[in-house]
Amino acid sequence: MAAAESYPDDLRYHPEHDWARLEDGEAVFGITWFAQDALGELVHFEPPEEGATLTKDQSYAEVESVKAVSDVIAPLSGEVLEVNGAVVNAPETVNEDPYGAGWLVRVRLTDPGEVDSLLDLEAYKQVLADQ
Amino acid sequence: MQTLLRTPLYERHVALGARLVPFAGWEMPVQYEGVIPEHRAVRTDAGVFDVSHMGELEVDGSHARELLQAALSNDLDRIGPGQAQYTLLTNEQGGIVDDLIVYEREPERFLLIVNASNREPDFEWLRDREGPGAEVRDVSDDYALLAVQGPKALERLGLPGAPAFTFAGGQIDGIDCVVNRTGYTGEEGVELLVPAGRAGELWDRILERGVVPCGLGARDTLRLEVCYPLHGNDIGPETDAISAGLGWVCALDKEFTGAEELRRIKEAGPQRKLVAFVMEESGIPRQGMTIAEGGEVTSGSHSPMLEVGIGLGYVPAELAQPGSELTIDVRGRSRRARVVKKPIYSREET
Repeated sequence: MAAAESYPDDLRYHPEHDWARLEDGEAVFGITWFAQDALGELVHFEPPEEGATLTKDQSYAEVESVKAVSDVIAPLSGEVLEVNGAVVNAPETVNEDPYGAGWLVRVRLTDPGEVDSLLDLEAYKQVLADQ
Repeated sequence: MQTLLRTPLYERHVALGARLVPFAGWEMPVQYEGVIPEHRAVRTDAGVFDVSHMGELEVDGSHARELLQAALSNDLDRIGPGQAQYTLLTNEQGGIVDDLIVYEREPERFLLIVNASNREPDFEWLRDREGPGAEVRDVSDDYALLAVQGPKALERLGLPGAPAFTFAGGQIDGIDCVVNRTGYTGEEGVELLVPAGRAGELWDRILERGVVPCGLGARDTLRLEVCYPLHGNDIGPETDAISAGLGWVCALDKEFTGAEELRRIKEAGPQRKLVAFVMEESGIPRQGMTIAEGGEVTSGSHSPMLEVGIGLGYVPAELAQPGSELTIDVRGRSRRARVVKKPIYSREET
């Protein structure tokens, strides 16, 4: 079942519809409810390798629905510590729980200062309103 | 900016919350609830598709049969009134101008149901060749077409069984329509040709009978699982019928446009063939991806029934045998696939 529309206020957002949950020099990344809704039910997640270096604003993974493929943009730069195997095995987990069980990767941030450039909830809601 | 055409059911699609996309000049529903549940509804129960964007051409007159025998690849003499036939409109090179179904209404009256994007080219093509005693008319705007498909389609519509590729006048809840025993999903079902003015009412009655509204997204994945080619993807004016595996709809013992070239290709053996394949590694093939062994993917998707990437593509003839291994370039990553016998999906095997 697809989740109901929501945008938690404890996350930071990237205008390409990604979120980051910050925790002690690390962060967990995922895609927002808007992104998964636009794609429809996900059928494939092409993850980065563990240890890969991600660059802010660059694609680091792909998510695919039956009809479309979309790059996933890194909200921050970092090194991949862990890929969410649950999403690799069952990509629809992202549709069911985009901010919880449907997280994509956990990274060690290489430039924590970049966090300041991310959007807070109000700013991201403005991005959505302008769509 | 081109204005998109809308079918008589447009308002109903909007009311159902459909996601609408441009398709062949039309604003069409790609999905309502979602491609996967709609696909499964058609495989297990019944779904209805608005395919009113498709074109309807009438060809009438004492020379109508002659005109069509010369323009279409299949042999019209194999069918009679009340029967339909899958056939190709071919060019001089044996390329496929369109694939279509011809319905013989009477010995001198035919209806062609053609792809939306080819409605005008087909009409022009036939008009250029009509001559005295054969009149070609584009009557697409007069009709809506609703495809009701699935193992429970007939039961839900209250229709009796009938052989595939036949048609007859009928009624659904008092609404007159032509019931065509045809489809594009690999399931039993009908395509209902109804005057445009009654389409909304017919759609409503069909939904009330518990049939699931389905968009063009599911229509595409359904046809791909059973390897029906899509004109514009898998076949077109640059691809010949023999290489496309459509030799079975080419009556090479009669004369029609391109027959000579098709006989030559058949005699020599095609250099490449349209094959079906299933991914053996993760990744979803998509139209235009390169096949490393030579050729390219012409249609690709995730199969909702098999839950794996599947596709159609042209490969060198020596690799066309089921079991051959292919390598698909999935956006820079090499992923293994295997050629399989068509259709990719059939209920007996699952």
